[in-house]
Amino acid sequence: MKKTLSNRLKFTTGLLIGFLWVRFMLDLKISTEQVIYFSRGMEHNVKKGDEIQHHDHHHHSGENRSSAASSSQPTRILCWIMTGPKYLESRTKHIKGTWAKHCDKVLYMSSVKTDFPTVGLNVSEGRDNLYWKTIRAFQYIHQHHLDEADWFIKADDDTFVVIENLRYTLSKFDTEKPLYLGRRFAPFFRQGYMSGGAGYVLSKEALRRFVSGFSSGKCTHFSDIEDMALGQCMEKMQVEAADTRDVKNRQTFHAFPPELHLVRQPPRPLPWYLLYEYYNVVEGPGCCSDFVVSFHYISADQLYVLDYLTYHLRPYGYKYRFNPDEKTELAAA
Amino acid sequence: MLSEGGSFMKGVVMGGLFCLVLSLLGSFSPGTKSSTEDHHHHHVKAPSKDELNHLSNSEVQASSKQIQVYCVIMVQPKILPFWAAALDTWSKHCDEAVFYTSESSKALDAVDLNEKDEWARLRKALKHAYENAGDLRWFFVAQATTFAIIENLKYLVLTKDPSEPFYLGNVMKSGELEYVAYDSGIVLSYEALKRLVHVFQDEEQCPERGRALWKLSEEKQLAVCLKYKGVFAENGEDAHGKGLFNSKTVYNLISDSMKENPNNVVEGCCSDVAVTFSGMSPNQMQVMMFGVYRLRPYGHDFHDALAFYPPEGSDND
Repeated sequence: MKKTLSNRLKFTTGLLIGFLWVRFMLDLKISTEQVIYFSRGMEHNVKKGDEIQHHDHHHHSGENRSSAASSSQPTRILCWIMTGPKYLESRTKHIKGTWAKHCDKVLYMSSVKTDFPTVGLNVSEGRDNLYWKTIRAFQYIHQHHLDEADWFIKADDDTFVVIENLRYTLSKFDTEKPLYLGRRFAPFFRQGYMSGGAGYVLSKEALRRFVSGFSSGKCTHFSDIEDMALGQCMEKMQVEAADTRDVKNRQTFHAFPPELHLVRQPPRPLPWYLLYEYYNVVEGPGCCSDFVVSFHYISADQLYVLDYLTYHLRPYGYKYRFNPDEKTELAAA
Repeated sequence: MLSEGGSFMKGVVMGGLFCLVLSLLGSFSPGTKSSTEDHHHHHVKAPSKDELNHLSNSEVQASSKQIQVYCVIMVQPKILPFWAAALDTWSKHCDEAVFYTSESSKALDAVDLNEKDEWARLRKALKHAYENAGDLRWFFVAQATTFAIIENLKYLVLTKDPSEPFYLGNVMKSGELEYVAYDSGIVLSYEALKRLVHVFQDEEQCPERGRALWKLSEEKQLAVCLKYKGVFAENGEDAHGKGLFNSKTVYNLISDSMKENPNNVVEGCCSDVAVTFSGMSPNQMQVMMFGVYRLRPYGHDFHDALAFYPPEGSDND
């Protein structure tokens, strides 16, 4: 009898203390889950919570960045923009205000040196001088900046480039090999050539060969058409044109604005702007990789729109359909 | 372990568990406390990181699955391309997407309201949605020219209780009346819709064919009717106070920002978790699907508190 009474008393006291203790813990604004874990002594779960809190202090809230390039050093990309004095205010200023910030090194190539800053190439302006500008630009880079980067991309002042995605695309290639990458066109040469407007990339070795091609006379200014002419020099110097499509064979470099590639089309003969394509043409959503590298004919306000869509606007919590790094991909359509 | 103090320990454990159970029951809708205050503040903000951290993982996961949105999309045969665009793009992310048309079209399926008057049509559509809601507790009313990101809508209302009256969007003011702009989308909680359907029966307070001297637009009519039932328009904003519902296109908003914030165009423009844009062409909507659901820089990973999965049978997201 006595035992039952004292047991009851102990039980009730315990009840009160248990209740108050948990109440106290909850008041400390520890989550209910953590309280359960605490009382079970599972401290490792609490530590996990602390980790997640640390990520909040990153630059973009809740974001975690990792470099695509494997182990040792991050891939350095030098960007050079083909521009001129009359476009600095209307176009180049906005390139500078958007994607150029992501390059490891950026050079604005013009006929005149300015405080923009632009490099003065000692070549006149005009469409017929584009290839001269290109030759002088690469020679300048070779002379002054060869060791500052691993890859060298040329873009126009109306090209939009996503440097992180370029870095990811390039991670599959070796910069010491003579390689030339971009949006591949088929005509004129056996291996085709890369679109100038979509932006093209030379590996370090390709840059060396381009410059030596001109010093030796193997390559010449035989045409005004910059991208085609460069393509010839690449072929002569045995620089290989590479395939930059993603694992689903979707293109990364694009010679036109997104609307011209992405909009669904009924089955139709190829429009004029896709007649040069080296690879099979896909119009509609399959045209383009999620990790797009470039679009062309992008006006100033469109640059900011693309910047907003790429780096800012996102569907919160969305698990992307295309995850090349995951072993099991989410079921595609 | 439980030797002599057996009863005592049992008591402690029981007391603690009892307290936990009470807390769980009381705090499962953590927004309930604040929501009654917010109603008079005219804005509803998306949860901040702190708020999300206060919720347990299991609460958040449950919310991701529980928040289901019924999309009411108002269309007409004369704007077929927009109808087709909505069908092929953003509406695929609604848990239930129902198209309501003024008159039937051979080309596409929709609930035929057979009604030319815009306000009467809206009423019919909302009544139909309420009657066919099933388990869905959030309603999003869009026009054919609206482009919406439903995941961001869910994020906005994550901690809000749909059994409370919510009427959210881009709030405009006309004299004394505050109403939600139609073109940038209207969000209604189940309770708000319930009260609305109820007041529809009151021909005095909420007439079907407006008896006012001049005709009020349907977006204002809606606000008037809801007001009678104590439901007020609230502006949907992100944690930084940026509006989430936009009555302009992305292009226009960026253009505006180029003039107003030339040195900080993108950050000064629009929210990272914007819910709607309005006035975009069907082609632009297809580009938006790519821009929102696919285009991103490799290597940027977000540790979001929610998880939403891509819809089945879709190739543009």
